[in-house]
Amino acid sequence: MEFLEIKNLSKKFDEKCVLNDINLNLSSGKIIGLLGKNGAGKTTLIKLINDLLTPTSGAIFVKGNKIGVETKKIISYLPERTYLNNQMKVKEIFRYFEDFYDDFDIQKAMRLLKDLDLDENQSLSKMSKGMKEKVQLVLVLSREAELYILDEPLGGVDPATRDYILDTILSNFNENASVIISTHLIADIERILDEAVFIDKGRIVLQGDTDDLRRQENASIDEIFRRMFKC
Amino acid sequence: MEFIFDNNIPIYIQLLDYMKIYLISGVFKCGEKLPSVREFATTFNVNPNTMQKALAELENMDLIYTERTNGKYVTKDEKLIEKLKDEYAVTLAKSYFQGMKRIGLGKAESIKYLEGIEE
Repeated sequence: MEFLEIKNLSKKFDEKCVLNDINLNLSSGKIIGLLGKNGAGKTTLIKLINDLLTPTSGAIFVKGNKIGVETKKIISYLPERTYLNNQMKVKEIFRYFEDFYDDFDIQKAMRLLKDLDLDENQSLSKMSKGMKEKVQLVLVLSREAELYILDEPLGGVDPATRDYILDTILSNFNENASVIISTHLIADIERILDEAVFIDKGRIVLQGDTDDLRRQENASIDEIFRRMFKC
Repeated sequence: MEFIFDNNIPIYIQLLDYMKIYLISGVFKCGEKLPSVREFATTFNVNPNTMQKALAELENMDLIYTERTNGKYVTKDEKLIEKLKDEYAVTLAKSYFQGMKRIGLGKAESIKYLEGIEE
């Protein structure tokens, strides 16, 4: 049984087809990069996996279960935009997560917070955009989930923090967990990826082991992407 | 030590290279037990799956072996490590001569340059 199975998935918004007959199998214990230009369909696909949108046709299964309550329990999702209450302090949000998720490890969250030089007594409204993003990441990575889905986790943070985030993802990561990272900052993340999935105009146009792709094309994943999507 | 990887070359090949240097230079000696895949992955800051692939490749080359349930060890065959060292040295020497050839210097002249360099 594949860990994540996507079968003939399509999503239309009115008449516009955003995802067109997506088929994808991912095994567990892998870090997968979902790579595509703006508007390629990355976030729509991620929202479908998180049951935040309903497919027009097709289905998604995680460990054989159709997307729903059971799959949400084991997926830790970092959305593109924050949904947290701006007035809350970090420690209040931690408690909130502890109530909400059985697998939330508050000790770990505290440790990550400290590593990132953030203050548990600060409220989100007093934080910069980058700091808020870090808090959100701490929350997501502090769950003992089986699938982490990170939608553009690096967009608003500085390069030093990017490295820290990637290292945290790597050190967190165990053979029972998988990670899907969507991004267009390919050069920054490609070193940690097992697999790359290129998505364009709602279709998967390339999928493969990153080292195999590097060897076949004699180029970095970033370079392969640039060649493929040259404007 | 900071490990730098070139994204244009498969990462496991680069890991393999670092590991070969470790074996040749005796950082890990013949018959010595190796750290776990995860420890290596943390040291090199790479994906554990990629590290595993590099170690599997070393095992294919008989440079390391797995003792069931007990972890991985460096080969006890010192000749194999000597051979690896020799091959590696030849590769480095060839690339030096190639570089010198590109700027119009022959072998004899190139060796003179080498002799002129203080270690």
